[in-house]
Amino acid sequence: MKILVPIKQVPDTATQVKIGADPKGIDTTGITWIVSPYDEYAVEEALRIKEKRGQGEVVAVTLGSERAKEALRSCLAMGADRALHLSDPAWENADTLTVARALAAVIKQEAPQLVLFGRQAIDDDMGAMPAQVAELLGWPCASWIMEETISDDGKSVRAGRQVEGALDIFNIPLPCVLSAQKGLNEPRYPTLKGIMGAKKKEIKDVKAADLGLAADGAQLLVVALEALPPRPPGRVIPGEPAEAVKELVRSLREDAKAI
Amino acid sequence: MEKFRGVDYYGIEELLTEEERMVRDAIRDWVEAEFLPIVAEHHREGTFPTHLIPKLGELGIFGANLKGYGCAGLNNVAYGLIMQELERGDSGLRSCASVQSGLVMYPIYTYGSEAQKERWLPALQRGEAIGCFGLTEPDHGSDPGGMTTRALKKGDSYVLNGTKLWITNGSIADVAVVWAKGDDGEIGGYLVDKGTPGFSTLDIHGKFSMRASITSELSFQDCRIPLENKFPNVTGLRGPLGCLSQARYGIAWGAVGCAMACYDWALQYAQTRVQFGKPIAQFQLVQRKLVWMLTEITKAQLLALQLGRLRDQGTARAQQISMAKMNNVWMALETARMARDIMGAAGIVDEHPVIRHMLNLETVFTYEGTHDIHTLIIGRDITGLSAFGDE
Ligand SMILES: Cc1cc2nc3c(=O)[nH]c(=O)nc-3n(C[C@H](O)[C@H](O)[C@H](O)COP(=O)(O)OP(=O)(O)OC[C@H]3O[C@@H](n4cnc5c(N)ncnc54)[C@H](O)[C@@H]3O)c2cc1C
Ligand SMILES: Cc1cc2nc3c(=O)[nH]c(=O)nc-3n(C[C@H](O)[C@H](O)[C@H](O)COP(=O)(O)OP(=O)(O)OC[C@H]3O[C@@H](n4cnc5c(N)ncnc54)[C@H](O)[C@@H]3O)c2cc1C
Repeated sequence: MKILVPIKQVPDTATQVKIGADPKGIDTTGITWIVSPYDEYAVEEALRIKEKRGQGEVVAVTLGSERAKEALRSCLAMGADRALHLSDPAWENADTLTVARALAAVIKQEAPQLVLFGRQAIDDDMGAMPAQVAELLGWPCASWIMEETISDDGKSVRAGRQVEGALDIFNIPLPCVLSAQKGLNEPRYPTLKGIMGAKKKEIKDVKAADLGLAADGAQLLVVALEALPPRPPGRVIPGEPAEAVKELVRSLREDAKAI
Repeated sequence: MEKFRGVDYYGIEELLTEEERMVRDAIRDWVEAEFLPIVAEHHREGTFPTHLIPKLGELGIFGANLKGYGCAGLNNVAYGLIMQELERGDSGLRSCASVQSGLVMYPIYTYGSEAQKERWLPALQRGEAIGCFGLTEPDHGSDPGGMTTRALKKGDSYVLNGTKLWITNGSIADVAVVWAKGDDGEIGGYLVDKGTPGFSTLDIHGKFSMRASITSELSFQDCRIPLENKFPNVTGLRGPLGCLSQARYGIAWGAVGCAMACYDWALQYAQTRVQFGKPIAQFQLVQRKLVWMLTEITKAQLLALQLGRLRDQGTARAQQISMAKMNNVWMALETARMARDIMGAAGIVDEHPVIRHMLNLETVFTYEGTHDIHTLIIGRDITGLSAFGDE
């Protein structure tokens, strides 16, 4: 079974994001870049499916800058078989729809039985990609899955989605699109051998023309990033506990209107 | 405390290959997620988290710079970076990996017979078997050439008699690499299986340093081992010293890991600790300490890195390894002491890693050739005169 995993390179989770000199973007100096954590669940799940079935191929894909190749290399080190790097000036200011079109085109070329996304990239938290790509392909899609089992004949997948206090179970014919929620699995650490082996695996460069795509101007444009106003300082209520509590309740009721 | 992001004041990151960085980051992530949360407890109890040994094997840490037998075949710089990250966790963790890789797998790989390699290397690599290295004796530490442990040939066996002391992982080892003098008085290496009659171990307690590491005494009383357990391809002190070069190289990097941990901790502490109405980081005396640490760390990083490149070219000399071990461990120990000082009373409790590193480094200063012994090695090299007192 061939499984395609689109991934995104994002600033690591502990990054203190600063708005850049150009307020449309962030200041990238000193940022450590990682594979978006939800995408790691997707890679891990794809590897587990392959290992369980004893055969198959896991292909990692990203659309991004030259630096994003490092993220693909990390997926290869985890165990993905090969990678595709979508990179072209035509995608310079790509919005979600442009990216989704590029991914849908590459998916058509590669013709995997399953596409496994992370539920969202943790940088812009847009969460649009799985549904948009599925829509463009006309494939069924289940988002935020917590478990999955591929049928023995490889024709369908039983996927469990997290809903308030329960699991929503679907039987979905393949090919389909799934997106991974935290808890689907515990991603493996790349082994040193895996890292050494990753160097020998292929990262293929893919241009817009290779996918038969022309530059289509982004329809979603970032106007500017704005920092949140600083949080007002906290207030310490002095005095005896009994008095202080009275004041606290009054303040919550009258000033904050919280109770 | 904020997430550790490494210490790199000189763009040393750019001197590393993508693969070397990936190796370092993988081990750093693992140490942060799996080891740091449990180390203080093990340090308190005086135990090593042995359940992590197979995990270290799975990651590929054991024998990572050897080729074949399941080993990852990394270059020396990547191997050094692994040691750096392990020792940022704890010197005991790095010791476990150093002993297994540099002092047990390396001699089997370099001096061993094919049968010895087949029997031990794959299992040691996976962490399914644990090894220890017995060189030091109660009466012979810095001067191992004076060892009194004997391996005398009797019929179809060697018979071992003697005691080895201060042996890391001694009591949990499945195989001990033991150095002893033979009938001809020459030093040879012998593989002794756990449970061989006449071979017993005893753990050393009461340590104030390297608490999260097992240190044992090995004793051999008419312990018979088969003839094929002797290393065929080495005689003389060159055998153990060759292994020590491996391990000392790793220590030169490991010490940098300790120092980075202490510096990072002390810096963050100093920026938030307020005395006399100001963060203590604003006082000149505190800045001087922080600047000293960072400068020494940077120099030590460059020393370790260039040594690794020399090793990859095959041109590193033992005396150069001595310099890196000597300098880097000294600077790490001084850094740890300064970090402890900057933290005031908070510096003495194990809620912070600093005092643990500081105490561990006292061992690292002493083992694998004391600081002074390395000074004498380099002194002899540059003057041509031995100050060891033996000539
Ligand atoms: C926690 C721990 C783990 C260890 N693990 C191992 C292990 O796994 N395997 C192993 O074989 N050993 C191990 N060792 C032993 C270690 O290698 C020795 O402690 C070290 O070689 C020093 O020997 P010593 O302790 O006998 O000190 P000594 O040799 O007695 O040295 C005492 C002091 O005298 C100085 N000195 C000695 N000779 C001279 C000289 N000629 N000129 C000037 N000064 C001199 C030394 O520098 C030192 O300051 C370990 C030690 C520790 C503490
Ligand atoms: C085991 C133990 C027992 C103790 N027992 C007692 C006790 O019985 N009674 C008691 O009252 N206290 C006791 N203490 C507290 C002890 O006196 C304090 O730890 C000490 O005064 C230092 O204060 P601090 O720990 O808050 O460090 P800090 O004052 O926070 O100092 C941190 C670092 O900043 C440096 N620093 C601070 N100000 C400046 C400056 N202006 N310029 C340059 N550098 C500066 C310090 O030298 C130090 O390196 C005890 C401490 C310990 C560890």
